[in-house]
Amino acid sequence: MNGISKLALKESQIMKIHYITGILALFVVAVHILMRLVVPYSSSLEYAHVIANYHNIFYAILLESILVLISIHGFNGVRVILLELRQSKIWENSVTITTIIAMIVLVSYGTRTIILANGLGL
Amino acid sequence: MRELDNMTVKSDKKAGCDPRDDSFDLKKTTLRVFRTNTAQGKDSHFDSLVVPVQRWTTVLDSLLYAKSYLDSSIGIRYSCRMASCGSCGMKINGIPRLACYTKISELEDPVVVCEPLPNFPVIRDLVTDFTQFFNHHKSINPYIQNLNYDKTEKIDEVSSSHSHRQSREEVDKYLQFSYCIKCGLCYSACPTVATDTKFPGPQALAQLYRYYADSRDAGKNRLNIVDDRHGLWRCHFAGSCSKVCPKGVDPALGIQLLRSYMLGISKDKRNV
Repeated sequence: MNGISKLALKESQIMKIHYITGILALFVVAVHILMRLVVPYSSSLEYAHVIANYHNIFYAILLESILVLISIHGFNGVRVILLELRQSKIWENSVTITTIIAMIVLVSYGTRTIILANGLGL
Repeated sequence: MRELDNMTVKSDKKAGCDPRDDSFDLKKTTLRVFRTNTAQGKDSHFDSLVVPVQRWTTVLDSLLYAKSYLDSSIGIRYSCRMASCGSCGMKINGIPRLACYTKISELEDPVVVCEPLPNFPVIRDLVTDFTQFFNHHKSINPYIQNLNYDKTEKIDEVSSSHSHRQSREEVDKYLQFSYCIKCGLCYSACPTVATDTKFPGPQALAQLYRYYADSRDAGKNRLNIVDDRHGLWRCHFAGSCSKVCPKGVDPALGIQLLRSYMLGISKDKRNV
């Protein structure tokens, strides 16, 4: 348990990550939305076009960065909201551990999808 | 001397000011006072009391009138009657205010509702328990920490060898925050305090900034005190603390400045 607490980040460090991921997410999501407008919106969502996006390695990296940035920012936001609901050490640690695990699961599953769709996994 | 007397009489005879004047404007207003007694476990309720008011009557004046002539059992805390002690804070018509600093005529409402401050445990009627509030205040070490002053030297030697002169700019950094009278209005208006009892609140955080920004202070660990899960970062910047402060302090600004120091946006230029 001491080892875990040594690894624990200070709240100011967590919030720095929160703000940085928020700002970066704004940028990458803006690029993602702009890419929808390169072609007519409806055709940009067609199966072939979406798969073509995944096969583009730069676009796949962009999608992965959106996934990671939004997950870190979003799950920390959920953690902050939940921390205010109750004030006890057990609750705080449970919320922190649960949000970290949920984030890792979501990022892993999303990364798997990106890798499969990109064709790297085949 | 006669001229002075005439001037006094003349100024007294302004419309509605002289009690001897027939047109003297003595109105009545209804006070709705929150009543409860936690020690006796009685249900809370509101008592309606009709009191006379003049243009200059404050809510505290009318409450004291009610306590003197209508119901002596009203529980109320007050002291200076001039917005210096911060004792008479209460929720008046839905907003945390000082009763001694709120004129009934300015409320422009025929009914004045007086309730205890939110976010504080109620002891009786309008009297609330400030224990937690002062504990948060104490937790940030609200005093100047400087090892030079801690040396066991004679007072004369200290004053001669360790005087800390401050420039105008250095004083301006923290001056407005030193006007805090610890009335608890900002604490009661804070939405985060309402849900998170471990959150220090705007008063304590603003005072932390007050001492952190003071060039005489050498307390290096001040920021660490509030750098935890329920500390500085839980402020949502609603700004209601700054809105209700009767002394013009801007706690929300202090909190944002503290954050900028923690994020490294502002550099620590204190000359200790």
